[in-house]
Amino acid sequence: MRRTVGALLRKELLVELRTLESVPGMSLFAVTTFVVFHFALNRNSVDGDLAAGILWVTLLFAAILGINRLFVADADQGGFDGFLLAPVDRSAMLIAKVATLLAYLLAFEIVAVPAFGLLLLGPSLGKAMPQLLGVLALGDLGVAVIGTLVAALAVRTRARDLLGPLLALPLLVPIVIGGARASSPLLALGHHTALPGRWLVTLGLYDLVFGLIAYALFDFLLED
Amino acid sequence: MISAPAPTSAPALDAPALELEGLARHFGEREALSGVSLTLAEGQTLVVFGPNGAGKTTLLRVLATLLRPHSGRVTVLGCSIPDQSWAARGRLGLLGHEPLLYRELTAKENLRFHARLHGVSDERVAEVLDAVAISARSGEPVRNLSRGMVQRVAVARAVLHEPELLLLDEPYSNLDPAAIELVAPLIGSASARTRVICSHDPGGGLAEADVVLGLRDGRAVMLARAGEVQSDQIAELYR
Repeated sequence: MRRTVGALLRKELLVELRTLESVPGMSLFAVTTFVVFHFALNRNSVDGDLAAGILWVTLLFAAILGINRLFVADADQGGFDGFLLAPVDRSAMLIAKVATLLAYLLAFEIVAVPAFGLLLLGPSLGKAMPQLLGVLALGDLGVAVIGTLVAALAVRTRARDLLGPLLALPLLVPIVIGGARASSPLLALGHHTALPGRWLVTLGLYDLVFGLIAYALFDFLLED
Repeated sequence: MISAPAPTSAPALDAPALELEGLARHFGEREALSGVSLTLAEGQTLVVFGPNGAGKTTLLRVLATLLRPHSGRVTVLGCSIPDQSWAARGRLGLLGHEPLLYRELTAKENLRFHARLHGVSDERVAEVLDAVAISARSGEPVRNLSRGMVQRVAVARAVLHEPELLLLDEPYSNLDPAAIELVAPLIGSASARTRVICSHDPGGGLAEADVVLGLRDGRAVMLARAGEVQSDQIAELYR
């Protein structure tokens, strides 16, 4: 299993490094959206609930770009068939794809979060960063699991570009709510409030539930 | 009209590599395969003829365990499909219309990827790249290679794990005569593997065949030993 996951992950990262189809697009989208918010709100800075909402909604829509591309090379270039012909555990692909999407999200957030701090956020990100990273990691894990599940479902349909976001957005809304509520105190002026633990637990449970659902369903999505 | 012998009239064979009995597969309302029955012994070659849309590729994909039969009984290398598909995978090699190669990866990276999936060593990768004479360009992305070269890499991929059963869909398409000679030891009769070949070339196909299957509209309209079939009977399938 570990060898298979390693081979799949290496292949994913090599393809992304050669094509640069996902991470640069997601990063550019996020930065552009922050600029649009900056002018649309006609405010120099935001904080608290508004800041958390803008950050998480932008991250969500940027993630959709990556989710839509996740299985395209496999579907268009016979990767599914090549994988299915091998005597390996189908779950290896789920793990590799979740890890790939997680890597994409972390890579694009290295650009997007500081850009958000520079372009929109009133309070400094510095003090909030360690806790914010924890909230982002929990949210990213959920996005990666749900995104992989939905992308695997949508990619073999003719309307995959439409179906992917249509299926993903309702399932990702609880992550946006949990992420925004957990981040809000961190992005408030003074940010001395403790992290709301119940939202972190909610995010963690949501990740776990969808992780189990994805593990149970993924084989069926790959097979005929 | 070409007669379709009953399954019992198929060649009597020992230790069958393939056994199909009443295989049917449909896509929505359309029947892609219907009532296909045959037996193929280990080490023999079945050549499938038929016009476009006759069901040849669907048959190969069912045998490759990529499509589930909707009815009938299918046994591949002693494994019942789809219940024991997992046991047959890894023992068969598929060379279809798609090369199953990532365009952005090099030939070597593609083969190493498949080698990891099949638990094959890097030495074997180098060996098959040499065998299809692609070593010199194995560091180039597949998208930069000509169609003939891509087909050679696809042949290398299909035989990388030394499968017992080869499923070949027009395997010599895009290959020049020298390349055909090059891949012959890997996928030709000299490979000494059980093979199922889809072909539109009556002369070439009959030369390779032990058993001939003619498909039309998803139905087996011809099933006979190669020696009992003439090229003009094959040509009749396409009229």
